[in-house]
Amino acid sequence: MTAPMPISLEVNGERVEAQVLPRLNLADFLREQLQLTGTHVGCEHGVCGACTVRVNGEIVRACLMLAVQTHGASVQTIEGLSDSGEVADLQAAFRDRNALQCGFCTPGMLMAAQEMLVQQAEPERDQIREHLSGNYCRCTGYQAIIDAVEATARGRRTA
Amino acid sequence: MKAAAFAYARASSVVNALELLEAHGDKAKVLSGGQSLMPAMNLRLISPELIVDIGEIAELRGIAVTGNVVRIGALTRHVDLLKSPEIAAHAPLLTEAVAHVAHPAIRNRGTIGGSLAHADPASELPACMVALNATFIVHGRAGERRVTAGSFFKGIYETDLSAQELLTAVELPAAPKNSVHFFHEFARRHGDFAIAGLAAQAIVEKDIFTDLRLVFFAVGDRPVLAKAATRLLNAAITPAVLRAASTALGEELDPQDDQQASASMRRHLAKVLLARGASALLGRPDLNVGGLA
Repeated sequence: MTAPMPISLEVNGERVEAQVLPRLNLADFLREQLQLTGTHVGCEHGVCGACTVRVNGEIVRACLMLAVQTHGASVQTIEGLSDSGEVADLQAAFRDRNALQCGFCTPGMLMAAQEMLVQQAEPERDQIREHLSGNYCRCTGYQAIIDAVEATARGRRTA
Repeated sequence: MKAAAFAYARASSVVNALELLEAHGDKAKVLSGGQSLMPAMNLRLISPELIVDIGEIAELRGIAVTGNVVRIGALTRHVDLLKSPEIAAHAPLLTEAVAHVAHPAIRNRGTIGGSLAHADPASELPACMVALNATFIVHGRAGERRVTAGSFFKGIYETDLSAQELLTAVELPAAPKNSVHFFHEFARRHGDFAIAGLAAQAIVEKDIFTDLRLVFFAVGDRPVLAKAATRLLNAAITPAVLRAASTALGEELDPQDDQQASASMRRHLAKVLLARGASALLGRPDLNVGGLA
C-alpha cells in the first residue's frame, strides 16, 4: 500500500489526475508535480505559513495535508488567485507599501490576508495582526504588511 | 523534513476504521485533521506503517443538542466550534477557548477528536473538557464505552484509548443558565502553546461559588482539576480566603521546566490565573490585586 495512489482533484479550476505516494504532502505535490512553485515550503511542520493554500475555499497548511487527502477536493494556490485578479489590489498594496523584501512569505501572507478580507470588510489592525499571526516574515516586515492589508480593506470599502 | 514512507487507507466508516486498527494495532495511526500528527511525522518523531484516514467519515462530523446534552462529533473542526451558535449558547467556554487554538489555517483542519486523542498537556481543549465534565464516547471491536474526561487523560500524549479504539464523539452537559466561565492562557504569541492556562466553569449564587471547576493546563502532564477550588466553595471570598487557595494551589501543582518557562514561573502564573479567574467569575475586581499570587 506504500505504492502510488490515484487522485483526481481540481487545481485553480483545472481538473488534475495524478499518481501520488501516500507520504507526499500537498505542498510538494503542487511544487514538484504541477510546477506551481508559488506555494513555498519553509518549516514543514505547520509553523511558518509559507505553504498556505486554499482547499475547498478555506486556507490550510499544505505541508500538513497529504496529497492523497485532496482526492475530490478543489485546491487554489497563489497562482490561481493571482491569475484571476482576485488579489490584484492586495498585491498592489504590498508593492506600494514595500510589504515584501525577499518575498518568501508573501504568497502565504496574501492567501491568509485575502481570507480575512473576504470574511471581514473592516478589520482592526489587531484583528489583521491576529489573523496573520500564523505567518512568519523573517525580513521583519510585519508593520508594512499590516499597513498594506489595512489599505486594501479601505480601498475595497470605497470601491 | 518529510514524513517517512507509509501505507494509507481511507476508512469508509467507523466499522471499517476499527477493522483496520484491529488488523494493524500500534503500527497504525489514525489521521483526523492531521494538525498534530503531520508535524510529528514530518519531524520523524513518529513513523507509522499505516495511516488510517478517518476524514471522510461523515457520521463523525457535527454538533447536536438534545435536551441538556451537547454532542460533538470527533471530526468537528476547531473552526466549526468557533462559529457554532449551539456551542456559543450551551458551552461558551469552548467558543472562547478555541480562539486561542493555533491560527486560522490550522483551525480550518484541526478537529476536536484529534486534539483530545493527541492529549498535549499544553493544549486548550482537553482542559475545557475536564472543566465542562465531558464524557468521551469510544468505539472498539467490543462496541461502545464511555469515559469521563477526568479519567481519559493519563499523561503527556497518553490517554485511556487503546491502539484498537477510536474516539468518536464527546458529550457535554449544556451549561445551566446561572453558570459562568473563564478562560485565559499565557503564551509568547497568540496561537502558540500555552505556558500556563486556566479553563474554569462555575455556578455563582449571591456572590458565592456553589460549584467551581478550575482546570489548569500546561502546568502538569495532563489537565489538572484543582483541588484548591474546594477552598472557595460555599464561602464568602475575601482576599485571605483567596490567598489560602492560592497557597494550596501552589503546593498541589507539580509543573515541569522546559525551554519556555521554569517550574516556578509556571506555578506563579497559575496563581495569577487563579486570582484573575476568581475575580472575573464573581465580578469582583477587588480580588484581582497585586500580591495575591
